[in-house]
Amino acid sequence: MNKKTGLYILLIVALLISAGLSMGLGAVQIPLKEVVVILGKKIGLFSELPVSTQHEGVLNIVRIPRVILGLLVGAALGISGTAVQGIFRNPLAEPGLIGISAGASLMAVIIIVLEATLLVGLSNITGYYIMAFGAFAGAGLAALIVYQISRTDGKSNVATMLLAGIAINALAGALTGLITYAADDQQLRNITFWMLGSLAGATWETVISLLPFVLIPLVLLPGMGKALNAFSLGEIQAAQLGLKVNVVKRNVVILATMAVGAAVAVSGIIGFIGLLVPHTIRLVIGVDNKHVLPASALFGALMLTISDMICRIIIAPIELPIGVITALMGTPLFLYILVKDKKKLVI
Amino acid sequence: MLIADSLTFEAGRRALVKDVSFSIRPGELLLILGANGAGKSTLLKMLSGEKIPSKGVVKLHNKEIQQYSPSLLALKRGVMNQQNVINMAFTVTEIVMMGRYPHYKSNPSINDTEIIQQVMELTGVKDFSERSYLTLSGGEQQRVQLARVLAQIWDVSNALLLMDEPVASLDLQYQQQTLAIAKMLTKRGFMVISILHDINLAAQYGDRILLLKNGRKWYDGAPAEVLSSKNIYEVFEIDSDVYTNPRTLKHFFIPKDVKIAT
Repeated sequence: MNKKTGLYILLIVALLISAGLSMGLGAVQIPLKEVVVILGKKIGLFSELPVSTQHEGVLNIVRIPRVILGLLVGAALGISGTAVQGIFRNPLAEPGLIGISAGASLMAVIIIVLEATLLVGLSNITGYYIMAFGAFAGAGLAALIVYQISRTDGKSNVATMLLAGIAINALAGALTGLITYAADDQQLRNITFWMLGSLAGATWETVISLLPFVLIPLVLLPGMGKALNAFSLGEIQAAQLGLKVNVVKRNVVILATMAVGAAVAVSGIIGFIGLLVPHTIRLVIGVDNKHVLPASALFGALMLTISDMICRIIIAPIELPIGVITALMGTPLFLYILVKDKKKLVI
Repeated sequence: MLIADSLTFEAGRRALVKDVSFSIRPGELLLILGANGAGKSTLLKMLSGEKIPSKGVVKLHNKEIQQYSPSLLALKRGVMNQQNVINMAFTVTEIVMMGRYPHYKSNPSINDTEIIQQVMELTGVKDFSERSYLTLSGGEQQRVQLARVLAQIWDVSNALLLMDEPVASLDLQYQQQTLAIAKMLTKRGFMVISILHDINLAAQYGDRILLLKNGRKWYDGAPAEVLSSKNIYEVFEIDSDVYTNPRTLKHFFIPKDVKIAT
């Protein structure tokens, strides 16, 4: 068995175990065994074994949607981090760092505030879809601006890319701050939640509204591994290898921002997953995007499930925002990459 | 066959290349020489289809180069670029395999794997084939890029190979090796066009030399005709003596000292 197959198996097993554990954790503790039995009953297994109806209810209404949401958001952030780094041809391009998440979050905040005044009467689920589309548009716009600014002669300039990201982050932050003046108390609470990231808002409705926005990129992006590899040679070189560079770029940016935008719309800004996940995967199996893309989706899902568990138990019964946990894990790594690659960082 | 018909390229009001025409047949090695800013790279980019001429056309096998789809063109011509910046830690084998990308959809065939082994051997990169590209020296990286481009067109008949200063950071051995590979490819029916700075290297290997000056074709012919003190002075503004190698009968030049006023 080679390293890659081994990693896939390891990730899937770890993912299943941590998802099961995460479903059991919280104010009402449910043992892993019982979680398995309750889940088994849904597909017709273990029908003879007794379970507590209270536990079943907690799982159905709270825990299962939360864990699924975590898996989807983590997979979305992991795979789009890899894809965005492929397009920017740089391992430091992280959706949060270069303003994509901020763009998504700005649009989400605008919609929270507008929704109260303009879109009253829309059902919850339509509201979520509007939010997801809005966040997608915001993310796409931010990506486009940063990309165009950072590009010279078909090459993306890292320094310009990061500086443009700072500018977009600052601008989106300022506009978000401005909008909060128009928000009422309830909306302010919602907005704060968006800024730090949390899976606490998980319901079956958020899961269902997020599903298509994450599934489409998850299905289509792994097929673009070869194109992204060619991209890392340079846009001109990729074109010489027969790639329709602009088409690839457009498709990848649409798919990646769709996933990030929708993830931000339901869970706020969860930083550094898009950096942490692909980097770790590359250390283990190398940089071939054919494998880094799917492995990043799996590892992103795993990281977010574990982070969510940590933020729920560390100061229980109070919950930490998950963005705090991912940033605490992600920033040291980011600094480590900077120090390690200080000499060969091409700017 | 490749035909360049009165190619002109304008950037703003300035013409970088003016009315350049020539053609090259399978089996020929054409070397382009000229001073900095003479339009060599721009000319090569028009030949590769990367830049669209302001006037004139490039025809590859009787079809305008702009009429080819990117994927079809990738199966007919390879380009070795002057600058190659990679930030991801791909291994040498992975980079060279990218040259085969136009030939397979998702998994390389045995043929693809065999070809990259051959070209890695030829370019002398096999010893470090599993190392990260980012850890290589400039010359080693250049050889890896050459291997990638060779892999792309290795099994294509009458393929066109374009190279922009392929020996820029190579040591003497690999300068010779690179030109020898180019020469060997022409024996297999390739058309090879390369930009070079080293006049003696050009005279040693070239079938033809094209001299460019200020974007215009100054001279196009066999090395023995092109290499004269007069031509070298006119194009490079350097005084020199041109001799004949008594063994190969090929010309070589020795520049005279340049005087700088103190």
